[in-house]
Amino acid sequence: MTAIDQPVLTLDPEEAGRVRQERLERIGRWVLPLAIMILAIWLWDRVCVWNEIPKYILPRPGVVLQTLYDDAGLLFSSLLVTLRITFLSLLLAVVGGVGLAVLFAQSKWVEMSFFPFAIVLQVTPIVAIFPLINIYVNNQTVKLLLCAWIVAFFPILSNTTLGLNSVDRNLRDMFKLNGATRWQQLRYLRLPAAMPYFLGGLKIAGGLSLIGAVVAEFVAGAQGQSSGLASRIIEAGYRLNAPRLFAALILISLTGILIFLVLSLVSHLILRRWHESALKQER
Amino acid sequence: MAQAPVTASGQGPVLLALRHVGKVFSNGVTALSDVDLTIREGDFLSLLGPSGCGKSTALRLIAGLSTPTSGVLDWRGAIDRSNIGFVFQEPTLLPWANVFDNVWLPLRLKGVSRAKAAPAVTEMLARVHLTGFENAVPRELSGGMKMRVSIARAMVTKPRILLMDEPFAALDEITRFKLNNDLLELWQDERFTVVFVTHSVFESVFLSNRVVVMAARPGRVHAELAIDAAYPRDEVFRTSPDYAALCRQASDILVNAINTSAGPHHDGH
Repeated sequence: MTAIDQPVLTLDPEEAGRVRQERLERIGRWVLPLAIMILAIWLWDRVCVWNEIPKYILPRPGVVLQTLYDDAGLLFSSLLVTLRITFLSLLLAVVGGVGLAVLFAQSKWVEMSFFPFAIVLQVTPIVAIFPLINIYVNNQTVKLLLCAWIVAFFPILSNTTLGLNSVDRNLRDMFKLNGATRWQQLRYLRLPAAMPYFLGGLKIAGGLSLIGAVVAEFVAGAQGQSSGLASRIIEAGYRLNAPRLFAALILISLTGILIFLVLSLVSHLILRRWHESALKQER
Repeated sequence: MAQAPVTASGQGPVLLALRHVGKVFSNGVTALSDVDLTIREGDFLSLLGPSGCGKSTALRLIAGLSTPTSGVLDWRGAIDRSNIGFVFQEPTLLPWANVFDNVWLPLRLKGVSRAKAAPAVTEMLARVHLTGFENAVPRELSGGMKMRVSIARAMVTKPRILLMDEPFAALDEITRFKLNNDLLELWQDERFTVVFVTHSVFESVFLSNRVVVMAARPGRVHAELAIDAAYPRDEVFRTSPDYAALCRQASDILVNAINTSAGPHHDGH
């Protein structure tokens, strides 16, 4: 082991190629989708011009952007309404989902008894349930919340339940040997072990709660009872105001992406030290 | 059965006596049948046998993780779960907790605060040569280091009896030798009782003062071999003719035990 401590690393062609490949991939991951996006927007613009499509059918991207700016006050206040429902329902989905999962984890019997009902709630289309909610619930916010919650809580419930039940058997024995109480086992073993599963469910639920909120507003908005982004879309549709329709659509899309990114970041920060999913490929 | 059980001489008072202990699982498998075993204070006792001879089941019975179908476990001297340490085949650490918190866990479950537990945890980590790794999480450690953490966790409550279920089976030989040496050192200093499950003849002979060979189908005690070599045992012992002769003896008993096991042999457990 002599003379190996020179600082300059000379790579053979294979390793050098691998390094080059990795660098290209890193750049490509960002540049490629961006380039495609720009190309698509450009094509959209060209199609409008070439075919002389009127803006009440398909507005040019520039017009949409202009509308986003001009109608900012109206659109963003609507976005706030939608966001409020989204986040409140996500919060309730977390509380309800995790709470139910913990309850299920206390006893196989509870899980066996109630899990099928959660599935029924999940598989029945929310649009079909909403008219009922509309009859039984008076408060507008509660109506929308309930709707978005039904859509969003299931992935959290099912993932967290799976996580709570996936604890290593030896670890469970270890806790038993040390005389751990039920609460200690939950607090120090099962909840941390369920964390990656819960965060996976949360990522799905984040998107779903936005969808739930928008769908609920759509149904409620059709009856002129809502002021969220979805009702802006319906309204714009009636008035053939396609630019505003597109602007609202883009806002919803961006919100969804943002929610996903934020939740992914949260998940990464929590898991980065120990969970396989958050670890860098290093060998 | 060719060999009559040989009782190790000059040992401490009886800590635990298994009398006619049997275990039948609900699927009809007889894991243990009529096991008589006396464990003395300060023993380093190895349970050696082929897969399926019930050695792990015996350990779980002693740990209280399982109850016998027949027979009794007669504990002498007040001993409860807090006097038992258990080391599993895998390190079985909390992957999200760092080394300190993993070792602290048994004390934490007994309501000892981090500050109060710190001296004991720090001392135990020093005993297993892991000082300076308090803040590392398990995935940052090698297999041998993880096992050291596992041993520190089992020992942090100062148990009177340490139960080990093939703890070093998954480690490479160099690491295993090192851990064998360190475990013996720890045992000699603290003089707790060890019940060590293994399927390695060499490991059992190197570590123990008593090797209990078990046979399979049904799991039972086949014979016992006293290893009278003096402690401390080190690399000199590991390469001595005495050690080789004892391994030969244990190996012969094991082969005998395997041959007397009824039914077809199959791998795994």
